[in-house]
Amino acid sequence: MKLRLANPGHVIDINPIEPELNYIRQEGNEIRIGALTRHVNMLESDLLARTFPDIFREAEAVLADPVVRNRGTMGGSLCQSDPAEDLSGVVVALKGKAVLRGPGGAERVVEMDEFHIGPYMTAVGPTEMLIEVRFPIHPGFGGAHEKVERRAGDFAIVAASAALSIQGGTIQTAGVACSAVGPTTMHIKRAEEALVGKAPSEELFQQAGQMASADCSPNSDGRGPADYKRAVAGVLTQRALSRAAATALR
Amino acid sequence: MATVETGPGRHPEWYAHATGDKFGKIADAPIGFGHMKRKEDARFIRGLGDYMDDVRLPGMLHGAILRSPYAHARINSIDTSAALAHPKVAAVIIAKDLETLGLAWMPTISYDTQAVLAGDKVRFHLQEVAFVIATDAYAAQDALQLIDVDYDVLPAIVNCRKALDPDAPLIRDDKVGQTDNLASPLWEAGDKANCDRVFAEADVVAKRTILDPRSHPCPMETCGMVADMNPATGQLNIYNGNQAPHAHRTVYAQVAGLPEQNIRILCNDIGGGFGNKVPVYPGYVCAIAGSIVAGAPVKWIEDRSENLASTGFARDYLMYSEMCSKGGKITGLRVDTIADHGAFDSTAQATKFPAGFFHIVTGSYDLQGAHCQVKAVYTNKAPGGVAYRCSFRITEAVYLVERMVDALAMEMNVDPVELRMRSFIRSDQFPYETQTGWVYDSGDYHKAMKLAMEIADYEGLRKEQQEKLARGEMMGIGIAFFTEGVGAGPRRHMDILGLAMNDGAELRVHPSGKAVVSLSAQTQGQGHETTFAQIVAEELGISPNEIMVRHGDTDKTPYGLGTYGSRSTPVSGGAVAVVSRKVRDKARQFAALMLETRAEDLAWEKGRWYVKGDPERGSTIESIAEYAYSASNLPEGLEGGLDANAVYDPPNLTYPFGAYIAVVDVDPGTGKVHMRRFIAVDDCGVRINPMVVEGQIHGGLVEGIGQALMEIISFDEQGNCLNASFMDYLLPTALECPEHGFELGETVTPCPHHPIGAKGVGESPCVGSPPAIANAVVDAMYHAKGVKHMDMPCFPARVWAAMNGREQPPQ
Ligand SMILES: Cc1cc2nc3c(=O)[nH]c(=O)nc-3n(C[C@H](O)[C@H](O)[C@H](O)COP(=O)(O)OP(=O)(O)OC[C@H]3O[C@@H](n4cnc5c(N)ncnc54)[C@H](O)[C@@H]3O)c2cc1C
Repeated sequence: MKLRLANPGHVIDINPIEPELNYIRQEGNEIRIGALTRHVNMLESDLLARTFPDIFREAEAVLADPVVRNRGTMGGSLCQSDPAEDLSGVVVALKGKAVLRGPGGAERVVEMDEFHIGPYMTAVGPTEMLIEVRFPIHPGFGGAHEKVERRAGDFAIVAASAALSIQGGTIQTAGVACSAVGPTTMHIKRAEEALVGKAPSEELFQQAGQMASADCSPNSDGRGPADYKRAVAGVLTQRALSRAAATALR
Repeated sequence: MATVETGPGRHPEWYAHATGDKFGKIADAPIGFGHMKRKEDARFIRGLGDYMDDVRLPGMLHGAILRSPYAHARINSIDTSAALAHPKVAAVIIAKDLETLGLAWMPTISYDTQAVLAGDKVRFHLQEVAFVIATDAYAAQDALQLIDVDYDVLPAIVNCRKALDPDAPLIRDDKVGQTDNLASPLWEAGDKANCDRVFAEADVVAKRTILDPRSHPCPMETCGMVADMNPATGQLNIYNGNQAPHAHRTVYAQVAGLPEQNIRILCNDIGGGFGNKVPVYPGYVCAIAGSIVAGAPVKWIEDRSENLASTGFARDYLMYSEMCSKGGKITGLRVDTIADHGAFDSTAQATKFPAGFFHIVTGSYDLQGAHCQVKAVYTNKAPGGVAYRCSFRITEAVYLVERMVDALAMEMNVDPVELRMRSFIRSDQFPYETQTGWVYDSGDYHKAMKLAMEIADYEGLRKEQQEKLARGEMMGIGIAFFTEGVGAGPRRHMDILGLAMNDGAELRVHPSGKAVVSLSAQTQGQGHETTFAQIVAEELGISPNEIMVRHGDTDKTPYGLGTYGSRSTPVSGGAVAVVSRKVRDKARQFAALMLETRAEDLAWEKGRWYVKGDPERGSTIESIAEYAYSASNLPEGLEGGLDANAVYDPPNLTYPFGAYIAVVDVDPGTGKVHMRRFIAVDDCGVRINPMVVEGQIHGGLVEGIGQALMEIISFDEQGNCLNASFMDYLLPTALECPEHGFELGETVTPCPHHPIGAKGVGESPCVGSPPAIANAVVDAMYHAKGVKHMDMPCFPARVWAAMNGREQPPQ
């Protein structure tokens, strides 16, 4: 809006309903995060750090700068649908579900794969808003977020989010997502399928990294050429998985 | 409750504090040189500085500039009627209107001409095309969108290598007789035949093509002006943060044909300059013309994108370089440079030096031969070539020579420090005349280099590097040893547009013994209000707290050429020392009367004259000041009052130097450079205020990190500027600096010809650090992968490409 690229007819301030929508809580086997929860709240949340060590904290610590983190929200991050968003990668890796509410309080729950439908486009309808994101809890959880940027506070050149749950020496659930290497946050499903049911190992994570490299579809831009981003997606995916596993087994 | 009456743009608190002692009074100020907090910081850190955009005059209008969407296009027509019909628009100015005032084109500081508003053609992306004046800033922006310009797009030249192709489109068809894109005749320095002979006899030759990419000084406060032409009196007041107010006044008088005595320039606080606020920009001329046309004050403040895309860039030197050695020592250097000036040549330099001081390129070494030549070309890019924290192209020169020494060390297979140690000018060789004609005043390079190695534990670092290499990790150690020539300059050699590069000072000691010193230099954050008070304090023994430093108002300060090229202390500082000594000499006359003795029988100690052999009998400067204004029986020939004027003409430049070592870790998987340590040993002669010196070094090192790792103004093939916001033009933050701080060291080699032995320092860190960091990154890649070169900026994708053998020079 400042650069006169966007010229909306109306701007609705949703800050007044923050008291209702700023929360991080556990309900049953789920963590629920309200759409107006600020980045700083997620960064500092003990519940998130305990339940999903330490993927939120790692992503939030490198997301923008304190000024942006004090104001930016979960809802804004997801609904902006910027393919370079760190938090969107985390939500995809954790298999978060978006709760949308429309006229008369009608609610629907949307999986992340259906939520981000393109760059800067979401499944949120014109009379709907995102109110909450829900995350399934898994025992034996370990997560990590890896990001390479040109400078602290900059959007990612490439980022990778990894979420594993490991029990009895076997990977039970796996989530892998890469940011800034495609039209939306890239959900690397092939890697997830390859991981589940196997024992964690560096070779396995390397394979998963190769799949991330192969399955993403980066563009060349000021942050770097496509071949570079593709290579780095692999490197970061492998590193994130390997640290996620170490955390899960801690 | 009574409201506080405030002046234009002033914060009410300013008045509350200004009358008390809270401002600028430092509890433990030394009487003279030494550590002291900056007097000006009290207002800056409270947010109470008084900047350009704080100026609000009654009836003031607001200007905005329409800019070209194309890098090169013919203008067929400009339709301003819809904009003029906007209810809040007072005037719209285009080139045609300026022609009637004789202001359509303006001279640059390099004797070229620059379009104020494009009339015939636009020659760079975002060039100024029209100026709208409205009753508020938002309306002015709205009205820009109502102007309709019909363009015929022409092919653009953005690559300086292609500017001289025979089929390249002619950019400056406005210049009579111009048939190609050469901006100025080939310029050279050094004895070519001798240099060729040295190369013919060499053992080893290293060759590199080195680009010092286009960057931007990026002051925190952008450029702008409030022009206030009083139609009744013909007085033109100009509020404008610039680095050379007196020179600007003269230029406005010449350009606009206005009487110089009717022009007053007022610089309030300036939020950084770094060379960006040396030139006169089209927006300034538009604001002045706007005020004349509208008969009201006009404010024009550019936004960040305008600052980045249209005002003075820096560097953009492409240097084909060779360095050679014989008997294990560096013997020769030759450089063939293409300078990319953009569409108009407005490079900043002393006028007789079209490539600035680039020929100081032989650096700190005792060479047998050197030759450099510079070819300057026009391209469809923004004009500039300003000296970004740099004494006229010294940054480019130091970058080149220090990259080349490392390149030669690689080819010779010797340690880069060892090669420098063997080849330095020895301390007993000063004053030393270089192959390109500079006379270095003083130095002890070996001592500074050894100190830096000691602080760094150089041997230890090399060992660590080997251990890491064995583990597949990449670490690099980069050296840079710089010599700068700063403080332009002696009037027999140096002028800008015919104005000798001297500075004036005026010192008034009031009856109470407190003083005001007025400068022609113009602070932009360098701490002049403290440093110059300390010079007077050192010379007269008055507390710096009791000395007001005045600058930035051409009606109240003496003439001089301003602050850039690290010249404030070398030139203005000289003037202040000299004027203080004049006052001291005058005080001696009064003291002789007071003590009923002859002036020759008095001796000086800081703050008082006393009778030789009877030190109890003396007069303090305070009592002398009172006497000077009150004595009723002065002898013939002695005027009352205690004040003086001086103009200082420096006999030579001053030559600060330093030894810098950068330590980086490079991520082999991502190419990300981690700036682990930075060691900086600086020798700037006598340090007036070590704290201010260290502050300058910290700031300059951070800027060097930015240039080495992330900053570049680049263009696409159509000539669109790709870095016109802080999203795309990255500035370093504290997080890119070494986490344990900078490691500083000092040696002191006083300048033999400066009144207080000081050399400039403001720019040293920004000059010395880019090559140190680039050398460190290349060192890491060389040891791990055999890679011998990469151009800045070393951001991850470019480092990754270089380490995988596919580096491309940046566009
Ligand atoms: C300088 C800067 C640096 C940044 N760096 C990073 C970074 O490194 N990594 C990163 O991931 N992000 C980064 N960001 C982006 C930042 O995370 C987002 O801008 C921020 O989180 C958006 O949140 P917001 O609440 O301000 O959303 P807004 O900007 O207010 O909204 C964004 C969009 O979402 C819509 N919206 C917001 N809330 C809802 C809702 N509840 N329901 C439906 N629609 C909604 C809005 O209408 C708007 O279209 C950066 C931003 C800035 C300004």
